[in-house]
Amino acid sequence: MREIKASTITELVAEMCQEANLYLGEDVVDALKKALLEEESPAGKEVLKQILENVDIARSEQIPICQDTGFAVFFVEWGQEVHLTGGSLEEAINEGVRKGYREGYLRKSIVSDPLERINTGDNTPAVIHTILVPGDKVKITFAPKGGGSENMSAVKMLKPSDGVEGVVDFVVNHVRESGSNPCPPIVVGVGIGGTFEKVALLAKKALLRPLGQPHPKPFYANLEQRLLREINNLGIGPQGFGGRVTALAVHIETFPAHIASLPAAVNINCHVARHVERVI
Amino acid sequence: MTVKHLQTPLSDEDVLGLKAGDSVLISGVIYTARDAAHKKLAELIERGEPLPIDLKGQVIYYVGPTPAKPGQVIGSAGPTTSGRMDKYTPLLLKEGMKACIGKGLRNAAVKEALKKYKGVYLAAVGGAGALLSKRIISSEVVAYPELGTEAIYRLEVKDFPATVINDAYGNDLYEEGIKAYAR
Ligand code: SF4
Repeated sequence: MREIKASTITELVAEMCQEANLYLGEDVVDALKKALLEEESPAGKEVLKQILENVDIARSEQIPICQDTGFAVFFVEWGQEVHLTGGSLEEAINEGVRKGYREGYLRKSIVSDPLERINTGDNTPAVIHTILVPGDKVKITFAPKGGGSENMSAVKMLKPSDGVEGVVDFVVNHVRESGSNPCPPIVVGVGIGGTFEKVALLAKKALLRPLGQPHPKPFYANLEQRLLREINNLGIGPQGFGGRVTALAVHIETFPAHIASLPAAVNINCHVARHVERVI
Repeated sequence: MTVKHLQTPLSDEDVLGLKAGDSVLISGVIYTARDAAHKKLAELIERGEPLPIDLKGQVIYYVGPTPAKPGQVIGSAGPTTSGRMDKYTPLLLKEGMKACIGKGLRNAAVKEALKKYKGVYLAAVGGAGALLSKRIISSEVVAYPELGTEAIYRLEVKDFPATVINDAYGNDLYEEGIKAYAR
């Protein structure tokens, strides 16, 4: 059986925390450049120019892209042939977050209790989603999530008879109501199916897909395009100043549903759509 | 697009010269405050006690920066969502605040108060914290250091870019923008 030390995970996580907050992925940068070409509104263009310049400054001067360096969210696919030594996975990741956020001068945005609201001072605990998979590899995905866009998220238990139109109405209306709050241009993660908790996770997972990579099923790839068109027809535009580009992409993830249910979820990400991945 | 230069503190005339959609470059001293600091300021105002900063003519920036590295003035410093401050903003405007900088929607009470007390709501680009930090030339904590990133900082800014969202005449760029581009 392959062994991985907890300290290896910690080091890796610390690196990922810094990397994600300093370097925006090429997929997002390309989408932003394309948006600048497509945007018609002068104010919207100006916003996109500032956003692209910001990405360059963050990279060259090592200043976090956004001051909200997020809740530390991890997706771990753990190969069942791998044995972790020297500590628990949860503690190894949390220690990595502590180190990464301290050494990277990243913001500590987590309070220990949702109502008492005292800052934990080290940005822990992380939110960790782990699944066991076949094989002897471990894949860790880190996607820090800002509060502004996370707050603009919703789950709705639709009726099966609401169908595809019900899902479209829910998603488009939700984006309309969110307006300028989630720092448009946004990336829209949509979950359809499963249960109440599963659909929220689907919507979040949808945000991990490289931007612009369509859903493998043509039906859902078309639905993504339709949603993107309808969202961009809202006219919210970059930062809500009015314009053509409200969303850079819409990604859908689905799961089988109960005969009585049609759950749908929207998880909005801002243009600072951070996600890094490592395989060990 | 014309760009207007603003020097803080702001007068009523400065505010009345601004229209929704204007681009501005702000220079001078501004103060930061987010949720926790707003709550404390509002409690002091309600009790009639003196505030740690004089709000007359002031600009409040809703920001919780990342920690500064050694040798840096401030870390990444972009705006946070303004709606969370809606509850307190009319009170601060009444105390003389002339402008606030954030991002995102404001409620009807804030828009009314901007008209009544002659104030403006400005937006900086959310998610442009690295770029905006370069326009901040000095930074010091002036109140509530125990709040960490949520403390009140006195910032000196030079050509800090923002856009007028709600002016003192009741105009709203978020509404006008959508009207112009929705289809
Ligand atoms: S929504 Fe995104 S870009 Fe906007 S402040 Fe939050 S993390 Fe930054």
